[in-house]
Amino acid sequence: MTNSSLMGDRTSVPRRAGGAAGDAPRPPADSGARRRTLRPRTRSALVTWAFILPAAIYLVVYFGYPVVSNLTMSFQDFTTATFFTGEAPWVGFDNYTAVIASGLFGKLTANTAIFTIVSLTVTFLIGLGLALFFNKYFPLNGVLRSMLLLPWLLPLIISSAVWRRMMEGETGILNVVLEGLGLSGVSWLTDPNIALYSIIIVNIWVGIPFVMVILYGGLQEIPKDYYEAAALDGATGWRSFFSITWPLLRPVVVVVLMLGFIYTIRVLDIILALTGGGPANATETYASRAYHLSFVNFEFGRGAALSNILIVVSLIVAAFQLRANKRASDLAG
Amino acid sequence: MSTHRRKKLSALAVAVLPIALLAACASGGGGGGAGGDAGGASEDEELTLSAFDYYTDEPSHTNMGNRLNECAAEVNATVEHRSVPSNQYNQQVLQAIQSRDMPDILMVNNPDLPQFAETGALRPLTELDIDTSAYYESVLNVGTFEDELYGLAPNVNSLVLFYNEAMLAEAGVQPPTTWAELEAAAAALTTPDRYGFVYAGQAGTEGTWTFIPFLWSNGGSQLELDAPEAVEALEFYTGLALKGYVTKDVVNYTQADAKDQFAAGRAAMMINGPWQIPSLNETEGLEWASVPIPVPNAGDDVVAPLGGELWTVPVTDDERERRAAHIVECLNAPETQLETALQNNTVPSNEEVAQQLIEEMPEMASIVETVATAYPLTGDSGTKWPIVNEQISVAIQSVITGQADPQTAMESAQAIVSAE
Repeated sequence: MTNSSLMGDRTSVPRRAGGAAGDAPRPPADSGARRRTLRPRTRSALVTWAFILPAAIYLVVYFGYPVVSNLTMSFQDFTTATFFTGEAPWVGFDNYTAVIASGLFGKLTANTAIFTIVSLTVTFLIGLGLALFFNKYFPLNGVLRSMLLLPWLLPLIISSAVWRRMMEGETGILNVVLEGLGLSGVSWLTDPNIALYSIIIVNIWVGIPFVMVILYGGLQEIPKDYYEAAALDGATGWRSFFSITWPLLRPVVVVVLMLGFIYTIRVLDIILALTGGGPANATETYASRAYHLSFVNFEFGRGAALSNILIVVSLIVAAFQLRANKRASDLAG
Repeated sequence: MSTHRRKKLSALAVAVLPIALLAACASGGGGGGAGGDAGGASEDEELTLSAFDYYTDEPSHTNMGNRLNECAAEVNATVEHRSVPSNQYNQQVLQAIQSRDMPDILMVNNPDLPQFAETGALRPLTELDIDTSAYYESVLNVGTFEDELYGLAPNVNSLVLFYNEAMLAEAGVQPPTTWAELEAAAAALTTPDRYGFVYAGQAGTEGTWTFIPFLWSNGGSQLELDAPEAVEALEFYTGLALKGYVTKDVVNYTQADAKDQFAAGRAAMMINGPWQIPSLNETEGLEWASVPIPVPNAGDDVVAPLGGELWTVPVTDDERERRAAHIVECLNAPETQLETALQNNTVPSNEEVAQQLIEEMPEMASIVETVATAYPLTGDSGTKWPIVNEQISVAIQSVITGQADPQTAMESAQAIVSAE
């Protein structure tokens, strides 16, 4: 069957070539040759696209579609009735104005910024410290390192529930210990001025393994002879860290910070499990508020608007980080 | 040359394969649902109806499935029963509504009824042949949205005041019936080791609806939060925490947390629902009893929020709706109600059956009494409930955490509710 169709193709070639020659003043032989040379090329282009297609379809369906529909939803008055009737009147920027003018927006922004920056900074520093520590050889290194992965392995909803118990004001283990040491207990989750930082502590605990594992991998990639050579020249300790480790670790650091930022700014489950955004909105961030607007208050348009703001903020920061890294590596190169 | 081409062709085939698989999966996944088909079944054809609820726990899931199928057998049908965890339930239902893949029988948690009924996806039960004469009026109100009855709750529940009998006896305190008595009792029962009273105050519905009996019994309304009745209720309610009779940790307590404190003897009284009874009975050495929630002045009616899961009939086709309605009615049959009530510590929505329950389970007396004068949780706020819920919760929490006084808290709550 393949053979006959190929035969058919072959016989059709001269006729079509002749037709083309009749329409345009082009030498028929040239046209025929062009056709013959083009065919494999178009076919290989086709194959190339066919390989790209599954990924492209995946991206369009699972990334493109949600982003676009979230964007359109944010300009619509989208209610529960919309799900049935399909009617969602366009309201322009009303959802965005409502979200930004809500009086809560300033607090949300401050909470989101504090949560993200403090979480990420502390997580990074501790993660880096641990990675450097485990980069040395000592007994039980492997065992301890895998134990540090535990927070990562536990389902978040479970670890959050355990933390909530531990941070209980009256009977939580943290306060029992503090009071046992003669200190006064802390209203970890019930004082509006403290609750956000308590959630940050939990988030840091959850985030450390991720940072540590990636940085540890980066450290393992740095050839040991660099350090030996530097040691011969008298550079050890901090000096070798800043002159060898840090510059060579930089690409990994950028990846960790960028992924860490994106993971942190959209944290939702820890907040919902620990305080539900309370007390009195003290721990609401963009992400938790967007969730509450959409799925508790059924104000889907506003929820979409706020999550779009969250996406834009993430994009801007990610772009800055990438540019900063590019400039740094250009300078280094 | 020919083999070369064939290689390329097969490469092409390999590249396209995932798409074909994806497409196959996508078309295969759509076969589950039953609703929406325009065709319509004839009367004597056997049908498979689908039912959707959030009873994922055992034995509730199996019990419910059996009950649904027993009822379905009466109308020559079987039921495909699907349960989704309650925290994902509303999202799943909305998705089903959107994709017109609706179940034939849908359970709705009562505060969400206005939202779902408003979509137009539910069939008013009055258009179907259902007898509603034996129900408590308050129960029918729960299933009603804009004067149409959409759902029936076989069993309902509400909130009461639980107290630790031993602690009250030891302190020489009678179970309180008025606000003044409640405060005096809470004060007398507070010791260095325990608080006199506890309630749920976490952000969200659980925290709000524990406060609602105080708001309503004082003549307040969910839509007039800055009215003196509402401010007074908030002042009394949060005052118990500010005076130290209730731990300030309640701003992060769920109803289960409040129960744990009470069961562990760290609080002498609590507001909670009868679904905590099995757990209280399992607690060794705990002697408890319950009374209706205290009212502002002796002789006032206690108006507590009525909760419960409603069974509704989504819009499908005539024959499916007819049979689904029968199943909903059957789920509400007296025997079923009593059985469920005994299993789950709920109140039957049929008045006579409720009286029968008291005979078999005397500890349910206070809750049955409360149900008679209770009012649906979203009764006065309707589709505004989500925002009202959120604002009441913020008001309670800001007063207890010392960020606002009751007057200011309620004024800003009302401002936001009015702006909607």
